[in-house]
Amino acid sequence: MSIKNMTKEKNWSGQTLVSTDYLLFEAPREKHFMTGSEVLKEAMKRCTVDASVSYPITPQSEAAHLIGELWAEGYVGTYFRGENEFGVMSEVAGCAMAGARTVTTTSGPGTLRAMENFPMWSGTRIPCQLVLMARGINSPLTIQPDNLEVSFLLETGCMIWYAENVQELFDMSIAAFTVAEMPDVHVPIITAVDGFFVSHTRESVMLPADDIALFPYNPYKAPLPPIDSEMPPGRFLRDPFVMKSNYISYATHASWQWEVRSAVDRSIPYAKHFLKGLAHVTGDQDAEIVFVACGTASHQAKEANRELTKMGIKSKVVKLRTIRPFPHAELLEATKSAKYIFVPEFNIVGWLDKEVTQSLYGKSEAKIIGRPRVAGGMSMPVEAILKEVLENVKKGA
Amino acid sequence: MANLGPADYSPYPVATYDGILTPPEGKALLLTDIVDEEVAMREIARVMLTSENATIFPGPQVLYAWNEEAKKKATLIKEMAEVLNAKMIPMYDYRPKYPKIDAEVEINPNHPNLTIWHNNIKACIFIGVHCHYANVALKIVRAETDCYTSAMCALSGHEDAMATIRDQHSEDLARFIQVAREVKQELGK
Repeated sequence: MSIKNMTKEKNWSGQTLVSTDYLLFEAPREKHFMTGSEVLKEAMKRCTVDASVSYPITPQSEAAHLIGELWAEGYVGTYFRGENEFGVMSEVAGCAMAGARTVTTTSGPGTLRAMENFPMWSGTRIPCQLVLMARGINSPLTIQPDNLEVSFLLETGCMIWYAENVQELFDMSIAAFTVAEMPDVHVPIITAVDGFFVSHTRESVMLPADDIALFPYNPYKAPLPPIDSEMPPGRFLRDPFVMKSNYISYATHASWQWEVRSAVDRSIPYAKHFLKGLAHVTGDQDAEIVFVACGTASHQAKEANRELTKMGIKSKVVKLRTIRPFPHAELLEATKSAKYIFVPEFNIVGWLDKEVTQSLYGKSEAKIIGRPRVAGGMSMPVEAILKEVLENVKKGA
Repeated sequence: MANLGPADYSPYPVATYDGILTPPEGKALLLTDIVDEEVAMREIARVMLTSENATIFPGPQVLYAWNEEAKKKATLIKEMAEVLNAKMIPMYDYRPKYPKIDAEVEINPNHPNLTIWHNNIKACIFIGVHCHYANVALKIVRAETDCYTSAMCALSGHEDAMATIRDQHSEDLARFIQVAREVKQELGK
């Protein structure tokens, strides 16, 4: 494909520019059969992406390769490999500060190697996207499904959305740029999926045509001026201003940090629109047994819900689609009938259980049970969920 | 000792923590209420006209001639200051000022409270300040002063200001000036 000049109607690859609403909700769609990695390529193809930086680590390597193919095909402006994940995330920051719509992908230990960059991303208010294909953290080595690394990202100031399946990954990763780039939001976004379960699993997915794409990012609507070494954020990377003068308010750093968190909160109305709610509820509305989950754990919880229905036991599933901002109001509303809240998770620490417990503290009388919890490639059979439910309900009866 | 703001000293100067977000398109925010733009415009004008040392803080987006819109806005802001009987203290840029700021001639987002304290400013308008820096400054002002803050924003508005109007372009500033003239007449100022 030949590279063309961007016009008001077409991007450089000749795709017609359309609104996010049209791309996500109105454009006709056709059925395909794809893995998560393949569908991420299709999503990025429709996002007028300026830059992508990659580094291989299982299970996201294929997604990174496929975004590289988009560059070769003329859909992505620039694409290169970093020295390691720390380098990648630093280079992503550079691209985004320079005004580029930028995407990268990583997994597991790569996330931790890059860790210092994530609060730097949010502190510099760059609206880049990290697609995290979660795999857990060494040692001992695991390359299996596990989402422990998400717990390390919770307080970085980045938004975190969690997709359950291939279809959600497609839609979320497109909406992610739009919400992250809103002038009053303008913080990085991490779109998470469970590695292998989503990245490597082929599913039916409905896609719009590939001759349409999002309007380009407009850096002139950013809440900070373009990068400049004489003022923050450019300046504070070389010259930490809060340490330099007794005449800087002690509250500057605190206000800056609060502002980043406020920006994440300001994403709520936009996320509600593009994700059709921060949480999705299925099952019996007045059920006393409630599963709260995200990602593929919510899929397993839905299977448990079906089995419990066959047994004449009412239950419902609250699937959290955003983790940052955390959907406090939606969770409280969806669990008001609950006597038992089960939080099934694919990690050993139960970070979502902690989030749910903290959110509902003093507001719900339900017993919160952070199980079943599996990690490092263990599967979560429906039977394990049913066993937890039946044992706890029997004890409480 | 400085007067403390409505959020007290510092621990909680963040409107989003109370669930207050930027106003939707076509609307404005007055403290915790979503209101029509004209309601907010009238209140901003009233507060500016009745408060001690009312001051406009113009930022880089209207202080430098980036484009025709910036030039138009700059001219209108001078007119706005005259109508509101307000002083102007610019925020030239966002660089921290070493070793100390001259609080009589400028305001800076890293210590905006100093300018407000020094000049005993009881009401102000932020305009033309990039959103991030306006928000950082507004949180500090909200925490540490008793100044009534208004933000006239070309983008989405600022929930940490006590009054904010969004999507303010030159034609909207002209409308605000007209509203301010009417309020001034009503108040006999």
